[in-house]
Amino acid sequence: MSTATLAARHRLAERGIDPQLFLLIPATVFVVALFIYPFCYGIAVSLQPAQGGALAAYRAFFTDAYQRDTIATTLAISLPAALFNVLAAVPIAYRMRGRFRGKRLLTIILVVPITLGTVLTAEGLLNFLGPTGWFNRVLLSTGLADRPVTLTHNYWGVFFSLVITGFPFAFLLVLSYLSGIDPSLERAAATLGAGWAQRFFRITLPLLAPGLATTFCLTFVLAFSVFPSAILVGDPSGSTRVISVAAYEAAYVRYDYAAASAAAIVMGAVELVVISIVLGLRSLLYTGSTAGGKG
Amino acid sequence: MRRRIVASPGAWVVWGLVAVFFAGLAGVIGSVVVNSFGVRWFDTWLPESYTTQWYGQAWTDFTLLPVLTVTLLVCLLVAGISVLVGVPAAYVLARRKFPGGRLLHLLFLLPILMPPITYGIPLATVLYKYGLAGHLSGVVLANLVPSVPFVILTMTPFIEQIDPTIERAARMCGARTRHVFGRILAPLLVPGILAASILVVVRTVGMFELTFLTAGPDSQTLVVALFYSMSAAGIRAQQSVDAMAVIYCVMMLVLLVVALRFVNPTQLVARVKEDPE
Repeated sequence: MSTATLAARHRLAERGIDPQLFLLIPATVFVVALFIYPFCYGIAVSLQPAQGGALAAYRAFFTDAYQRDTIATTLAISLPAALFNVLAAVPIAYRMRGRFRGKRLLTIILVVPITLGTVLTAEGLLNFLGPTGWFNRVLLSTGLADRPVTLTHNYWGVFFSLVITGFPFAFLLVLSYLSGIDPSLERAAATLGAGWAQRFFRITLPLLAPGLATTFCLTFVLAFSVFPSAILVGDPSGSTRVISVAAYEAAYVRYDYAAASAAAIVMGAVELVVISIVLGLRSLLYTGSTAGGKG
Repeated sequence: MRRRIVASPGAWVVWGLVAVFFAGLAGVIGSVVVNSFGVRWFDTWLPESYTTQWYGQAWTDFTLLPVLTVTLLVCLLVAGISVLVGVPAAYVLARRKFPGGRLLHLLFLLPILMPPITYGIPLATVLYKYGLAGHLSGVVLANLVPSVPFVILTMTPFIEQIDPTIERAARMCGARTRHVFGRILAPLLVPGILAASILVVVRTVGMFELTFLTAGPDSQTLVVALFYSMSAAGIRAQQSVDAMAVIYCVMMLVLLVVALRFVNPTQLVARVKEDPE
């Protein structure tokens, strides 16, 4: 090896570039070839519809009310579901943040619906909430309702399936954020005479808020891509015709890849808009150490 | 003592909510299990009598043996490849600072943050273009997209907590990168790799969207076969669909029990580690 190349290698190594970085190549190639390239390919396909100009697929999507309204439908399902999951998780996680007997068992039971996934949840909901299912039997026999309540094949079926898979997810995340907050901060507040409401709203909640924003984003991503449950327990041609159903139909029923790619791109864009709004609000919050002590 | 009395109504509400959720969960899983054993179940609390014939019927009608073989094969391939590809990358990301590192980190985060349907449809189009979709290879490739970043993200904190002086000592004694990996890091990393690959298997068995978009008739995994038999309701008896759902359920629960021997339950969920700012 000549002195010049050796010197160049030394200079690069000083900046952190040396042959060890080759270990990154397989993973990078994978992600670029299977994620970035298909995404760009999808954008290119969506801009080359069979007829019309470059933006014809997007124009068709936004002028056809049957396609355009899927955005509103998806948001109408996923935003309340994600919000409900996060808001319900906070008091429950707050109550359970300490150590108590059976905590591990509880978390294991909560992991079950996440691992089972949406398809099995949908099948169970069809049986459980159906017109002759156990839920309606309980309502009828206790006299809470005089005729079976319709909870499947409509908005509520999808909502419940999102709660069953999404709530444990939100709960475990919030719990892990909460256990990162030093309890001595709250104890200090209590010593100074703060009641539980003051302690929660002035100490814990501000420290937890950034974590809640992240939790909301991740829960929202799960709820936003609702696909199997929208078809199985929902009403895929009406009230729960979400944007992923529209994209799937375009690709596999009509074989219109331009329209399908356009729908998928619109879906990604809408999701990114919501996430960036939430993360933008999050950056206004306090994001520092949640540990106590001298600092 | 006074504090306890003030707090208890809140505690009741919280435990009540948890109880309602668990009752719903038990109802959802229980009604599938009961229905899969029931002979006829229309307008009663429980089926008229019980049988196991639906399991035999599901096994033959849905050709479950090939489906299970495919599921197993896909999972093993996905877990193996994503560990082989992901761990070296996680090592570099954990140990080294280099220009473009943050960008690369973001690149590996993106596939996990995107809903699978969004990138699944363009990905399936590309895989069909190269004739890979509709076969096992297409399903494996599609499932690798979220799995490789997942392994990287779970392994990076694990590698960070291994003391770097051990590697430096090995280097002082003249070991090359290959030796450091094979003789020093690999034994230390075994628990982490095991945990990561089990999590990948759990996620791959449950991954519906990507497999659904890329699978052909002979490369369906169990969850996709379950979806098809459910959406074609009326062709087969509901009970035999439920029997298949129970088989899926049992498989998942066995995997979960195995997984929980190696990982903390929250690790199945909290996959994005917040970097301290």
